[in-house]
Amino acid sequence: MGVRSKKHIVTFIFHSFVIILGVAMLYPIAWMIASSLKPSDEVFKNAGSLIPSEFVWSNYTEGWKGFGNTSFSTFFKNSFVVTVIAVIGQVSSSAIVAYGFTRIRFPGRKIMFTAMIITMLLPAQILLIPQYIMFGQFGWINTYLPLIVPYYCGSAFFIFLIMQFIQGIPKELDESAFIDGCGKFRTFVQIILPLATPAIATTTVFSFYWKWDDFMGPLLYLQTPAKYTVSIALKCFADPSAVTNWGAMFAMSSLSLIPSFVIFICFQKYLVEGISTTGLKG
Amino acid sequence: MADKTKMKKHFLSNKAKEGLTGYLFISPWLIGLLLFTIYPMFSSLYYSMTDFDILNKESFIGLRNYINIFTDDPRFRKSVAVTFKYTFFQVPLKLGFALFVAMLFKSNRRGVNLYRSLYYLPSIFGGNIAIAIMWRQIMGRNGAVNAILKSLGLITTAKSWIASPNTALGSLILLSVWQFGSPMLIFLAGLKQIPQSYYEAASIDGAGGLKKFLHITLPSLSPIIFYNFLMQTIGSFMSFTQSYIVTGGGPVDSTLMYALYIYDTGFTNYHMGYASALSWIALIVVGIITAIIFKTSNYWVFYESKAE
Repeated sequence: MGVRSKKHIVTFIFHSFVIILGVAMLYPIAWMIASSLKPSDEVFKNAGSLIPSEFVWSNYTEGWKGFGNTSFSTFFKNSFVVTVIAVIGQVSSSAIVAYGFTRIRFPGRKIMFTAMIITMLLPAQILLIPQYIMFGQFGWINTYLPLIVPYYCGSAFFIFLIMQFIQGIPKELDESAFIDGCGKFRTFVQIILPLATPAIATTTVFSFYWKWDDFMGPLLYLQTPAKYTVSIALKCFADPSAVTNWGAMFAMSSLSLIPSFVIFICFQKYLVEGISTTGLKG
Repeated sequence: MADKTKMKKHFLSNKAKEGLTGYLFISPWLIGLLLFTIYPMFSSLYYSMTDFDILNKESFIGLRNYINIFTDDPRFRKSVAVTFKYTFFQVPLKLGFALFVAMLFKSNRRGVNLYRSLYYLPSIFGGNIAIAIMWRQIMGRNGAVNAILKSLGLITTAKSWIASPNTALGSLILLSVWQFGSPMLIFLAGLKQIPQSYYEAASIDGAGGLKKFLHITLPSLSPIIFYNFLMQTIGSFMSFTQSYIVTGGGPVDSTLMYALYIYDTGFTNYHMGYASALSWIALIVVGIITAIIFKTSNYWVFYESKAE
């Protein structure tokens, strides 16, 4: 056998293997979308199939009606409002703090930085109970404030990510800005921020993913359906003891993936590189 | 000299001014640290020594919550066992699979970029509640998994994978391993940084594929393995949404993750004081485990010495 044909065989095996594994991996997502178009009684009868016997588009309109006199247009609107306001806060404050840590020498900087790294390793769930008690004392239960305000304090993880990027920007730029009479804040806004766009974009996208998917926060703090975000609405919609219209439930589940999917498509190449250089979890 | 005149002119010295600016810039984070992390931590230390239940004024009961947890709480012991078991299987499986797929996609074959994105897709949706709901249905008695296994002739009678204590935790582990995308991409970046010359030199010395993997790939990747291992372990210890939605902690508490137990205690039964004590125990345990991971890293993580 020639070297060439041997190479062809290896390539063939590689692609077959990767495609079979990939199909198996994407099957659950495809199954959910297929189920969203099946008649409700078919979802668990012909469960393995990915092709509905008939396409029931009305699952989407039925599901959209929601429950408790609240439709999914409210839930999606709530999710977008909370997500956008929180993400703006998280990204801008993380960038400001990251600049402070990388470019300004202030006393206690090392200790503060160490404290930040420690909070990065601190599992958020540990603070659940005390934060709930505190927000209760503030009178913030059943408002969006607990879901938004903490985001304006930045996130240790994103601060660290942006810091690593700013460190790669030559310091001479800051110095020449200073000579030209630029203050620290103007240097940050006009010099550093535009150059740090890749890190800011990565942060924005991941901040969006995580906030959009956030379940714990809405579960604890939102009590009336009119205030529900999509994640908590889906949880109620999919209550095993109450669901009858499975097709409609999967229809709404599929819709909830769309915002993340659209962002993934738009930033796909960019993100895959961003995540590998910055070491994002998730 | 110039500095001295400046100091007279300004109320603050340049150094003090710079210090103040620094704190001004980090103030959002600093306020968050004090208000949303440190204050709640210490208030919960107080609540952990009370019988607080939201409705009534709490009374101080000293260490009784902690004593009860350690001496008289089978659900606590169960949830610790479940969480350790979950972490013990989930983290190595996920990292192993992530590394395996990263090795597959290391080459510059045609189509690799597309595959990489498709394999990453489940991780993009990973945290979404819809995925957990889908998993619950797919693993159920009449779910797709059983339908496929049946048609392949691998099983004859369908049983629910999430309703049996023997397989429920496994279903959750599988769900988590399925979302291996982020560690995979981080591994991939690391693999691409290993100089090709290492492998060439090893080939000349007659090393085979396995030897190269054990003696070049793994040691070169060790800082990245360390990072992934640390992040995944901490995340795994506190995983909540999956067990909350997919199994609800059941059957018979076989998937009662620790975070779910805290939630149950605090928000279903309103034993806030008791739940605070549970949180503090988690904090200390996670702290100890993080410290152990860091300490052992001296023995198995190799950093390239930087010549500067």
